[in-house]
Amino acid sequence: MKLDSKIPEGPIGEKWGRHKFGVKLVNPANKRKYDVIVVGTGLAGASAAASLAELGYNVKAFCFQDSPRRAHSIAAQGGINAAKNYQNDGDSVFRLFYDTVKGGDYRSREANVHRLAEVSVNIIDQCVAQGVPFAREYGGLLANRSFGGAQVSRTFYAKGQTGQQLLLGAYSALSRQVANGKVKLYTRTEMMDLVMVDGKAKGIVTRNLLTGAIESHSAHAVLLCTGGYGNVFYLSTNAMGSNVTAAWRAHRKGALFANPCFTQIHPTCIPVHGENQSKLTLMSESLRNDGRVWVPKTVELAEKIRSGTTKASDLPEDQRDYYLEAKYPSFGNLVPRDVASRNAKVVCDEGRGVGGTGLAVYLDFRDAIKRDGRDTIAGKYGNLFDIYEKITGDDPYSVPMMIYPAVHYTMGGLWVDYNLQTTIPGLYALGEANFSDHGANRLGASALMQGLADGYFVIPYTIGDFLAGEPYTKPSTDQSEFKEAEKAVKDQIDKLISINGSKPVDHFHKRLGKVMWDYCGMSRTEEGLKKAKKMVQEIKEEFWKDVKVIGTNEELNMTLEKANRVADFLELGELMIDDALDRNESCGGHFREESQTEEGEAKRDDENYSYVSAWEYTGEGKDEKLHKEELVFENVKLTQRSYK
Amino acid sequence: MDLTLKIWRQKNANSKGKMETYQVKDISEDTSFLEMLDILNNDLESKGEDPVHFDHDCREGICGMCSLYINGHPHGPQQTTTCQLHMRSFKDGDTITIEPWRAAAFPVVKDLVVDRTAFDRIIQSGGYVSVNTGGVPDANELPIPKVVADEAMDAATCIGCGACVAACKNASAMLFVSAKVSHLALLPQGKVEAAQRAQKMVAQMDEEGFGACTNTGACSAECPKEIDLTNIARLNREYLSASFAAE
Repeated sequence: MKLDSKIPEGPIGEKWGRHKFGVKLVNPANKRKYDVIVVGTGLAGASAAASLAELGYNVKAFCFQDSPRRAHSIAAQGGINAAKNYQNDGDSVFRLFYDTVKGGDYRSREANVHRLAEVSVNIIDQCVAQGVPFAREYGGLLANRSFGGAQVSRTFYAKGQTGQQLLLGAYSALSRQVANGKVKLYTRTEMMDLVMVDGKAKGIVTRNLLTGAIESHSAHAVLLCTGGYGNVFYLSTNAMGSNVTAAWRAHRKGALFANPCFTQIHPTCIPVHGENQSKLTLMSESLRNDGRVWVPKTVELAEKIRSGTTKASDLPEDQRDYYLEAKYPSFGNLVPRDVASRNAKVVCDEGRGVGGTGLAVYLDFRDAIKRDGRDTIAGKYGNLFDIYEKITGDDPYSVPMMIYPAVHYTMGGLWVDYNLQTTIPGLYALGEANFSDHGANRLGASALMQGLADGYFVIPYTIGDFLAGEPYTKPSTDQSEFKEAEKAVKDQIDKLISINGSKPVDHFHKRLGKVMWDYCGMSRTEEGLKKAKKMVQEIKEEFWKDVKVIGTNEELNMTLEKANRVADFLELGELMIDDALDRNESCGGHFREESQTEEGEAKRDDENYSYVSAWEYTGEGKDEKLHKEELVFENVKLTQRSYK
Repeated sequence: MDLTLKIWRQKNANSKGKMETYQVKDISEDTSFLEMLDILNNDLESKGEDPVHFDHDCREGICGMCSLYINGHPHGPQQTTTCQLHMRSFKDGDTITIEPWRAAAFPVVKDLVVDRTAFDRIIQSGGYVSVNTGGVPDANELPIPKVVADEAMDAATCIGCGACVAACKNASAMLFVSAKVSHLALLPQGKVEAAQRAQKMVAQMDEEGFGACTNTGACSAECPKEIDLTNIARLNREYLSASFAAE
């Protein structure tokens, strides 16, 4: 299989413009003859569904939640980047492009990232026109802040609820098209399989979560906007329902899965409290703009704090180690996420961690409150402080916050070309579900940007190129391809229920998550990964012998839903490990202990690993086949990242 | 802590439900309310019993999916979402009563899960600004006073959980509807369609079977996002002026 990324010719700044002119168009009167399925209603899905419906396509939109407004994009806090340069501080499309490629540690595709930076400015215009209440200055113009290691202020925000406001904007556009009859909405409906006819994606099989009905839907194209797979770790900042099933089942049907091992561990999450914890909560990293990260200077001091004999606030200045400021004087507390996370792990591994478990570092606002006053800090972070206090019972205005890294985002995903098409014709992947823009590490405030870029401004152009060549007729769902897919879905459900083993689904999910976190998390070694692969295989085998799924298919059955999802996570986990093993270099969120500088920083190996790894499913229980897309850098100079 | 739970169990929309009693033991105060229910469900599943179904997703207080009427209050004793409620709000030996949202417009689907698609249909009736993707002016071409933008943001912060309806003795959806109407009516982008929007959304709200508003303020008092009662006043004004304009 040859991977054709379809990157247009020409200088980087002209590629997208030329491409838009070059793609085939569907005549306005003919758009109504095409049906498009959109799976997922987060930023990417809702914006794509609304925009395609506005153009005239017939859209069917699916989500597993009770309403499209609940998709997990809603939980994004900090903001959305755009190269508006409203602040006159030197930003530009090229700078946003450059920062994103560099921040991704040179493992993303230049052309895609440049396009992302180009359309970023349109996103802000679009959202404002929809009525998204972004923060404003007293003069009435939009406010910006610097975010997540950026040296310009290009982040637009709506309090600490930017994702919510952007999603509600996209949801309102989607709702308008539902009212217009151009979008048919299927809530509490989960995609269970992709249906291919003559090598093209022509529909999906779904399960109605309320009745258990297995149904087929046919269309001319299918868009997967199904988010990331961070829940493979069990504990993550993802929503409880976030899953890889749609993407994974497409992968099993032939869509290549790219860079699965690239996961982002977010440095500022509320630490784990105990065994029964079900999810982790992110504290926006905008907090690092004013909070200072530290741990006690010595192990002895840390022990005193952990046992409660010394209070953090009583520790004098010379007994605190502001390790990020000391190690990275120019970026300080604002180093990229992967660097901040790894350093937190290092100090905790040294025994200098705080909190009940010793797996936490301080994020301290004492100095910021002294400098700016309590009101100013409350104005910026009030709602985040409230969240923190509700969860932990501690008041961050008076005692330092405690944070620890947690799985947050997955840069890997289905391989897509410049048109966002996967290796299956007619199947597209948008937003976090694809791999294309963030390389090995995503910068803060870039996920919202990418989701909306793909949905509002990329897919409406690129899908036409495919549809223009498709006949108006679409296959009937009575065709054998649909019936076979339905049968396979039913068979798997019957199998899960019939096992009637001794352990609940969560038992296996937790075990898988722990293996992934320990061996395929913040730092990875060949030895550990090989061990982990065996362990995951064992868990999978046991799962299929001993899982207990209560109830039947023909009802609302959340245990069955989970079992279906965990079955896919078990397969994905193994692939992530294979990918991490293959990539014997450190880059971005992927840190191989074998590949580090003398100072313990990540060491890339551009000569051997400057490629996208794209994995092909080869059958049940078989190792997947690796394909490589070589990355070419013509506009960005590859340097070892340094945030000193 | 050890707790007694009285939970509404209902097999499906058509069957009759009833309260069942369960015991949970050794619950840490750092456990969230939903994690406490996870523990109960794990016990039930191990015994081969049907777990208690409840809606939840983000578990960080923003998606609006979790509901639960706890000890007579939507989302329980704190003014927050159920997923952000922690067991430190309860004490050892407590009996906790857990029911679904109770409103004719939110029929029970199973156990504690209700159908809130009525809210989606209200938004579909007019809760948007009618602009297509592309062709919009530059974001800074339309200055909006900070106080106005902030007020719109406060209204827009509604998470659509339905606690306002559950709190209201009439099961009125006025706070939900008024939050969306206010958010858009305050902003110049939304003013163009303000009159139609208020009328259409109120009409849809009535059609869904939500009750009338008698201004008791229970909705706002229980709202996890502290949506202000003044939004209802604004909706009334928008609705009234729309009916004058229509004549």
